[in-house]
Amino acid sequence: MSAPAAGEKMESHSQMVERLRAAFRSGVTVPEEFRRTQLTSLMSLIKDNEDQISKVLHQDLAKPKFEAILSEIEIVLNELHYAISNLARWMQPEYVSKSLATKLDDCFIRREPLGVVLIIGPWNYPLQLLILPLVSAIAAGNCVVIKPSEVSSATESLVAELIPKYLSQDCYTVARGGAEETKALLENRFDHIFYTGSQAVARSIVQAASIHLTPVTLELGGKCPCLIYGKINIAAAARRLVWAKYFNVGQSCVAPDYVLCTKAARDALVPALREVLEEFYGKEPKESPDLSRIVSDRHWTRLMELLKKTSGKVVVGGEADQEDKYIAPTVVVDLQGDDALMAHEIFGPILPILTVESLEEGIDFINGKEKPLALYVFSDESSVVKTVMENTSSGGFCSNDAIIHMTLPGLPFGGVGMSGWGSYHGRWGFEEFSHRRGCMLRGWALERLNGLRYPPYSSEKLKWLRWTTSPHSCSLM
Amino acid sequence: LLNMSSPPSPSPTRWFKALRLGEPCLRTYPLECVDLLRRARIAFQAGRTLKECFRLTQLEALVRMLEEHECDFVDALGRDLHKPRFETVVFELITVKNEALHALTNLKKWMQPQSTTLDECLVISEPLGVVFIMGSWCNPVQMCLVPLVGAIAANCALVSPSEYTVHTAELLHRLIPFYLDNECFHVILAGISDLPEIVELKFDHVFFTNKEEGGKIAVAAARTLTPVTLILGSKNPCYVDQNCDVPTTVQRIAWACFHNAGQSLTAPSYILCHTDVKARLVQALKCCLMEFYGPDPRESRSFGRMVNLDIFSRTRDLLWRSGKVVVGGQVTEAEKYIPTVLTEVAESDPIMQQEVFGPVLPILSVNDVDEAIAFINKQEKPLCVYAYSTNSKVISRIMQETSSGSFCSNDCILQSLMVALPFGGVACGMGSFHGRYSFETFSHRKASLLRGTRFECVTYLRFPPYEDRNLSLMTWACALSQKSQGWCQIL
Repeated sequence: MSAPAAGEKMESHSQMVERLRAAFRSGVTVPEEFRRTQLTSLMSLIKDNEDQISKVLHQDLAKPKFEAILSEIEIVLNELHYAISNLARWMQPEYVSKSLATKLDDCFIRREPLGVVLIIGPWNYPLQLLILPLVSAIAAGNCVVIKPSEVSSATESLVAELIPKYLSQDCYTVARGGAEETKALLENRFDHIFYTGSQAVARSIVQAASIHLTPVTLELGGKCPCLIYGKINIAAAARRLVWAKYFNVGQSCVAPDYVLCTKAARDALVPALREVLEEFYGKEPKESPDLSRIVSDRHWTRLMELLKKTSGKVVVGGEADQEDKYIAPTVVVDLQGDDALMAHEIFGPILPILTVESLEEGIDFINGKEKPLALYVFSDESSVVKTVMENTSSGGFCSNDAIIHMTLPGLPFGGVGMSGWGSYHGRWGFEEFSHRRGCMLRGWALERLNGLRYPPYSSEKLKWLRWTTSPHSCSLM
Repeated sequence: LLNMSSPPSPSPTRWFKALRLGEPCLRTYPLECVDLLRRARIAFQAGRTLKECFRLTQLEALVRMLEEHECDFVDALGRDLHKPRFETVVFELITVKNEALHALTNLKKWMQPQSTTLDECLVISEPLGVVFIMGSWCNPVQMCLVPLVGAIAANCALVSPSEYTVHTAELLHRLIPFYLDNECFHVILAGISDLPEIVELKFDHVFFTNKEEGGKIAVAAARTLTPVTLILGSKNPCYVDQNCDVPTTVQRIAWACFHNAGQSLTAPSYILCHTDVKARLVQALKCCLMEFYGPDPRESRSFGRMVNLDIFSRTRDLLWRSGKVVVGGQVTEAEKYIPTVLTEVAESDPIMQQEVFGPVLPILSVNDVDEAIAFINKQEKPLCVYAYSTNSKVISRIMQETSSGSFCSNDCILQSLMVALPFGGVACGMGSFHGRYSFETFSHRKASLLRGTRFECVTYLRFPPYEDRNLSLMTWACALSQKSQGWCQIL
């Protein structure tokens, strides 16, 4: 597809946004029926094209079909089912408690759609992380510009092809392109922007959004620590850790980035990891059909640089093949906090293990870094889990497992601090893309009570007013 | 004599004059802010604010401060805005007290982890860290302290009251250290132009309320990737239907528009009046204003003043270039207006193009509800939409066919004072506060899953080497849970 001239593209972006805005203004996305129909169509899109989806995911990331089904298809279908069955309830006005003087009034909160929203997806779970927010945005009654990542280009093409076939073309469109096109797209005004990706790009997105005062949801990453401490079944922990770390070959925003444990634990952990890795991927992981690949040359090179620069020792793995964009599941030990591997989010199949003497030291180490998107603790001692949970902050938290906490629609998924802000999944996503409008429908009665507030002011009136707004009445008048 | 003729500036000559005459002195020193921020961070990391009893003590102290120093607040606001005692007590003190008492009653509940359907899943409310609250000059105490109540429910905070209401800012600066923890909470005196620089020192959340200048704060916050809540002003429309109780309507509108000399974020900015009722409305307004403020509002003790000359001049200019004055219109340099009502205002008039900060009420005519709705929707989504009618269908239509921060029928402002309703804008700002929503604005909801290692009998299904058989089992379980609308965690 040849790139049109910059001016031409920008014009068509504005036209596209205008068109969606006109559709929104017409009120077509507001009725529950419309939202339900679109969500049901979206479900058909996924179900009808499962094979195609697995195929393009394999093209982009060498994603095994198993992983594609679990982490890109089933999770989206779950979210769709959840949204469709709860939509009516979420759309209900929420009545609030009233005070003495508002007893005769109707006070409630309406959830209203925001307008035209922009969803920018990443390349690591190119379908899930694009469609899950889309489900919430549609459920909330918005029109959406969908911007898939150009890095996972096969998925991008499929999304661009399928969305117009299943969803209303007036209300939902796909915008394609790279950094330049995204920048041009951002010059338009949106009513909300939802971005999943890196901190660096997030900064420019928020800056572009701030000019229009557009609220933004940021789902960023961070170095998700995994603390192993106290009594623990090392073999069980190793299995869950390996699964979480090397799923999608480490390219998950909530993958455990590094491990913190005592020397003794480390000495037990490394052989356990070796054993589990062999169990999972066989003696030659390169031959295993169950391991994905690094998404691009650029990221492969980045990871190899880290392995070169680290002062730690590679005890498992380390093999790589540039042409195949393959890096073996790797474990590195004997490194310090200032190591190359500890500077930024790894986002790959390299697991550093750092040692600490005590739980406090581990917690201090974690708190010395930016708040991550997820934080993990493996321990059979509930006091250890509680201590870590209460003394650290992170987007989400999971004990004795990893990643799966984000598969539950009852839990909000989002970051804090540098790992982002806002959240989604289930009802949280619906709220994220809605405006909570406070409404008060007053009557004409009680004007004498009202009269207390009018000028000319007097001490007498003030005395009465103070009495009516007693501690138990939560509102002025 | 107090110099109210120009917005205070931080120039050295002024400081000197201030020290000499005992005038309030506005100091802006970003360097000192760096130190205060550092102290607040240390206090936060030491865990001072985490205990429930600490938070409750702080909130109780805040209530005490307002009660013990009522006279000082009345005095300070009287000097800043010529605010009548009644308005200070009602809008600045009682509103904050209500919020604090509401928080005191509900804090325990808010702090509880929310459990979801499965026992092992919780949503925990965590404090963010150190937050920065910048108040506006319209209701200076309310706009600083109500968010502070929310922030106290977890965090450490730096508070910057507006420089325009100098005496109130000084008062807060003086009093807060006697009531709140000195390491966790600091009041700074800063000019509005210094605020972006302070925002860039990096806080965990930034909360800004004002009629304007929100853009600069948003940009500064974006540069440091700081989440932000902006409560900004807008032009709030108020539709008056031909079917309405005119005397009551007029009283409620007049009260809303002219209290605090029209300087309020939530007052109606203009009336869209049905042609059938316009003459009656204007006549009734005249009578009502007479009742409220007497024949010469200048003499009334119930009428406030504009905050400074700059705001005054801007409002006067808009007044003189728009519509036709039907009530008031007298203007005095001593910064006040007699409540002014304009009619025959056209959409293109200057007064409709810009924010109005004073007691000037434009009235535009519309022929029916449709025209009103179309007019409202042509503008930016406002902070509040108001509608007066005895016909509930009309009210419904306006509510459903427009969008705004909040909505109220047959009255004004009250919906923004209710602790139970979220208050914030959409398009003109982002985020909301009041009651539980303040607490949520200043908290992070951490999703927590506490597992044991005992589910291995089922969890093994997800491990490699991947088997089609296992996959089928899992997708079957998923489908089952989807149909039953329960959530079966099989992973």
